[in-house]
Amino acid sequence: MINFLQNDSIISPLGFGTEENIVALRSGTSGLQKHYNKRFFPEGFYAGLINTAKIDEHFSDFDDPAKFTKLEKLIMLAIGEVLQTSRLESLQQTALVISTTKGNIDQLGRNEFSKDRIELGKMAQIISDFFEFPHNPIIVSNACISGGLAIKVADDLIKSGKFKNAIVAAGDLVSDFVLSGFQSFQAISPEPCKPFSNDRQGVSLGEGASAILLSSEETENSIKFLGAATANDANHISGPSRTAEGLFSAIEKVIQKAKIDRFELDLISAHGTATLYNDEMESIAFSRSRLQEIPLNSLKGYYGHSLGNSALLETIITKYSLLNNELFTSLNFSGQGTSKALNIISKNKKSAINLALKTASGFGGCNLAMILKNC
Amino acid sequence: MSDLYTELKKNIIEQLNLEDMEISDIDNDEPLFGDGLGLDSIDALELIVLLEKDYGIKLSDPEQGKEIFASVNTMAQFIQKNRTK
Amino acid sequence: MRKGKILENAKVLFSSKERETSAEFLKSVYKDLKLNYPKFFKMDLLSKLGFIASELLFRNDSIPASTALIFANSNSSLQTDENYFESMSSFPSPGLFVYTLPNIMLGEISIRHQLISENCFLIMETFDAELFENQILANIAAEDGAKAVCGWVDLHSDEYDVFLSLISAEGELPFNAENLQNLYCSK
Repeated sequence: MINFLQNDSIISPLGFGTEENIVALRSGTSGLQKHYNKRFFPEGFYAGLINTAKIDEHFSDFDDPAKFTKLEKLIMLAIGEVLQTSRLESLQQTALVISTTKGNIDQLGRNEFSKDRIELGKMAQIISDFFEFPHNPIIVSNACISGGLAIKVADDLIKSGKFKNAIVAAGDLVSDFVLSGFQSFQAISPEPCKPFSNDRQGVSLGEGASAILLSSEETENSIKFLGAATANDANHISGPSRTAEGLFSAIEKVIQKAKIDRFELDLISAHGTATLYNDEMESIAFSRSRLQEIPLNSLKGYYGHSLGNSALLETIITKYSLLNNELFTSLNFSGQGTSKALNIISKNKKSAINLALKTASGFGGCNLAMILKNC
Repeated sequence: MSDLYTELKKNIIEQLNLEDMEISDIDNDEPLFGDGLGLDSIDALELIVLLEKDYGIKLSDPEQGKEIFASVNTMAQFIQKNRTK
Repeated sequence: MRKGKILENAKVLFSSKERETSAEFLKSVYKDLKLNYPKFFKMDLLSKLGFIASELLFRNDSIPASTALIFANSNSSLQTDENYFESMSSFPSPGLFVYTLPNIMLGEISIRHQLISENCFLIMETFDAELFENQILANIAAEDGAKAVCGWVDLHSDEYDVFLSLISAEGELPFNAENLQNLYCSK
């Protein structure tokens, strides 16, 4: 049994709705801009932020913006669009799976909303209740692979026969909490992030939400989800493995599971955070899996790293690469910067794309690989 | 002089949660990373915090850390030269 | 592990002394188990709970590297989030920040036992045996003879609720949601 990725939505610094995002990628626009944070970055930092007034403007079609937190609104805008375009008869057989690492963490120490809003479960319940999902929402919080893992969890749920569909949604914010944390890791790039590049200096953070419908039914413009696998590095809780054992293992497992020929892959949508050690680790994994010739990009140069949102957002973009036979540039790449050479996509182009690999890695040593295929 | 060494060891044990270690377990010239004390990359980041918090020294380039954090000796020498508190 | 007691197959293994904090209790268990693993002291309380529980769970078995870790809790890493948040007002601590993700404990357990395996951390309002069953079956089916650990490691305001169960092809109790729920609920 195979499930299909159907309608989707992306709410990001590059636009409200997937269409605006694809247009921006085609024109090479980045959502990363210089922002100032008095407390942690008085001299400025680059990130992909979404204007609150703009969110409220869009959200006022749904409900009173004052009733919900910024992240709730972002995720609800994404889910709302997917529900609107999907026209599901009822939600009785539809699961809601939400991916986030930090949820409403920006509300910590504030009291605009009830205190329990900080709990991921509470946030998910509010979103679920708004759309009147009849079943309890399922929350995935597994660091930066969460967005991809949420699709895997949804796939398993549909395969068990409990549901026919699942709405998979994801979202995370650029909060002082996360910003100061990455700064304490000396991981924030002083300029827009440059994934896999020889002059990369670290991460740019981003915020946003995305949602997609995973269904047991094939429709027009859907693509096949051939499976996903995860594997831990068993190496270090924050430092990427020097042998890339976890990512390599996840890739090998999913290739086996999806029963594909690795040399038929047309695209790798990598994680590519632009830290020195992460990108190096990924290059080792791809090289060990003999995938170094496959065209590869990281989309972090457009969006920044949106944590629990990133893998879902990037899966949706990969879906459009497959549907439209279109490769997107790995933005801000200036020259080979990993010990193993990769085939980094240097300009947008049309090319037959039938089979794609999406990967993600995160703190705690987690790694994920998934395979998507055209119908 | 030796006071700084003792105080530094105490601060390191505290900052890095080396609960099963005593001040006397750390030699002045023992490597802090690798085979010596076996500290890791997060510990290195915590040592940067320690320098700022306890001695008012802000490391502008984290790469500097490699030399400074070689041992208690190198750290103490660096602190003596650069401390602002 | 609940309220200062650690049980193994319904038998009490450890009891906390009076007025002992959770951290002190876990440290005394660490000492009793004669674990020589300095990394333990760097962990946040949530990871310490998962770590000690898995040490006990694994001590009599050989654990294959493919053993899937399917974990969940209700409060994510909230207690550590609050601790890190406090450090933000002076010197944000990288050693605390790294633990502001609940799945870090899966990393700690994987490092300790060299598990290169499936990881999944879910947030559930309360222990959801059916969802555990679904995820564990899906992950065990992916690999022949694989084992899995069903883990509930929750911490809030220093109150903890920890339940680990090893799922494998051998054993006495059939694996299903009902049995899992009963085990979790047993005192």
